[in-house]
Amino acid sequence: MLRTIGKRILLLIPTLFGLTVLLFLWVRALPGGPAAALLGERATPEAVERINEAYGFDRPLHEQYVTWLGRLLQGDFGNSISTRRPVLEEFANRFPATIELSVLALIIAVGIGIPLGYWAARKHGKILDHLMVGGSLLGITIPVFFLAFMLKWLFAVQLGWLPTTGRQDRGIDATHATGFYVLDGLLTGEFDAALNALTHLLLPALALSTIPLAIIVRITRASVLEVLGADYVRTGRAKGIASKIIRNRFVLRNAMLPVVTTIGLQAGLLISGAVLTETVFAFPGVGGFLATAIFARDFPVLQGFVLFIALAYAIINLLVDISYSFIDPRVRVQ
Amino acid sequence: MSTAGVIPVAPGGPEDGAGARRSGSYWSDIFRRLRRNPGAWTGAIVVALFVLVAIFAPWLAPYPELASPAREHLTPTYLPGIGEIPGYPLGIDRFGGDVLSKLIWGARASLVIGIVSTLFGLVGGMLLGAIAGAFGKWVDTVIMRFVDILLSVPNLLLAVSIAAILGPTPLAVMIAIGVAQVPIFARLLRSSMLQQREADYVLAARTLGLGRGRVTMSHLLPNSVGPVIVQATLTLATAVIDAAALSFLGLGGGRPETAEWGRMLTYAQNELAIAPQLAFLPGLCIMITAFGFTLFGEALREAMDPRSRKR
Repeated sequence: MLRTIGKRILLLIPTLFGLTVLLFLWVRALPGGPAAALLGERATPEAVERINEAYGFDRPLHEQYVTWLGRLLQGDFGNSISTRRPVLEEFANRFPATIELSVLALIIAVGIGIPLGYWAARKHGKILDHLMVGGSLLGITIPVFFLAFMLKWLFAVQLGWLPTTGRQDRGIDATHATGFYVLDGLLTGEFDAALNALTHLLLPALALSTIPLAIIVRITRASVLEVLGADYVRTGRAKGIASKIIRNRFVLRNAMLPVVTTIGLQAGLLISGAVLTETVFAFPGVGGFLATAIFARDFPVLQGFVLFIALAYAIINLLVDISYSFIDPRVRVQ
Repeated sequence: MSTAGVIPVAPGGPEDGAGARRSGSYWSDIFRRLRRNPGAWTGAIVVALFVLVAIFAPWLAPYPELASPAREHLTPTYLPGIGEIPGYPLGIDRFGGDVLSKLIWGARASLVIGIVSTLFGLVGGMLLGAIAGAFGKWVDTVIMRFVDILLSVPNLLLAVSIAAILGPTPLAVMIAIGVAQVPIFARLLRSSMLQQREADYVLAARTLGLGRGRVTMSHLLPNSVGPVIVQATLTLATAVIDAAALSFLGLGGGRPETAEWGRMLTYAQNELAIAPQLAFLPGLCIMITAFGFTLFGEALREAMDPRSRKR
């Protein structure tokens, strides 16, 4: 098992290394070069030359790359052009918000998706199954930002049940020890603050959860259908094993492998989906920050974000692979 | 009826004629199965409608593309909605544009971006996949490593980053979405070609002395493109959504009043309380179009799936 994990990590290194090369060349390929991007409209030839000298853009490419990579490995992602603060610091301040949002979205997607998918498979060919299949197809094709708008309009603007923007009401005086507002409220006993943060999370999380939810329903349904037709399930039934045991030990456990893979993949995608959702809800996470960075042509932020997400994506997929061995003992043997 | 499971004859209507004519070619077989699938019909009709509206936009739309004919109806606190003023059946937007016209012109923008970007992705991906699949060995390794690098970044984020680098223009959006699609096409074609490479007919062609190029072009490729075509249909849906997302984020370029569904949603944000229809209508258009392509693509996938073809 350890060897497999080690091999996977080793395979990861060249991919991420290649990504750094692409990201490096990519900013250098900008029209006018990185200096023009840094300066924007103030790019006079003299200013460009000054920047080139100051940042070393006039040195040979490979030399620049080695310097850049060296800093990167020390956790120095450079400074944001718009805020002039270290990119890593900017991310660190905003990541808890996005993670809180993504986790809640994932809880919604998994918590509703697996039971719905299972239910659809049990009612295979019935109206309910068709509704589920059609509904999940719709869920995949609905643009996240459009759904976010509809939810915002209905629950926040029309009904006024939930807040439209932000992470917590301004009036609330809460201690933020971890940066995860809901968790903070629970830890410090400020339950009203936790509840307030949760109401702010609900709509964006709902919007963010639709695509993973729809995909989890589809995969669970297909996977359960396949297992339900397996010989061992029929044998179990014939032996008179209680249907509850068949469901939990025979069907669900065996059907979960592809579902877990999907959940892992979706977890990685959530953070990039958050770019759109956070923009609609003015939610102060990394996604919204990235959206503003795009407008400001803030390339260090963009570079850092892409690298970070790629790393997170890779780690999540690794965790998924490791989780296989807990679900399916056959994987452990190999 | 009870014999249906035993004798592998298509449940034939009269048009199928005698069982002997059932065989047909690969494609007519698929077409026949598509015709029987209501999902395929629904998808095809939606797609056809969308394409027709896009093509005939100049004749269908009441106003020209960038026109702001309803300027005199603009007030700071109110925007006339669906059916509220004559001449503007779906109301007007903050720029004084006719919403109906903009939706129609928007179909054209979406179709162009969707098709061109998918073509970019298809050509790029198929080129890489075909080279990797045909040459194998180190060429395969190098290309697939590169594809892995692209795949290590989530699709939408990749498109957003590329568009951000290229600058806000419609062409940049198309290239960005296209490049983000390259990995999936490359992988699909390669794996499909690897499967075919071991087939007997390829061996036969090689034995007959055909060169690598000839075997690839006239034997391997035509037999491997099935999954790629299905994926392209499904990708059109993603491309329409992603194009809207990119222009929603402000990467589309052009004037603010440009008739694009994603762009319309950007400006609808500020009017959500007074004119929610400005967000609903373009959103609905994106959704229905994407749904049509997805339905059709799924039906095509089912029709081409060898497991379901036995039936």
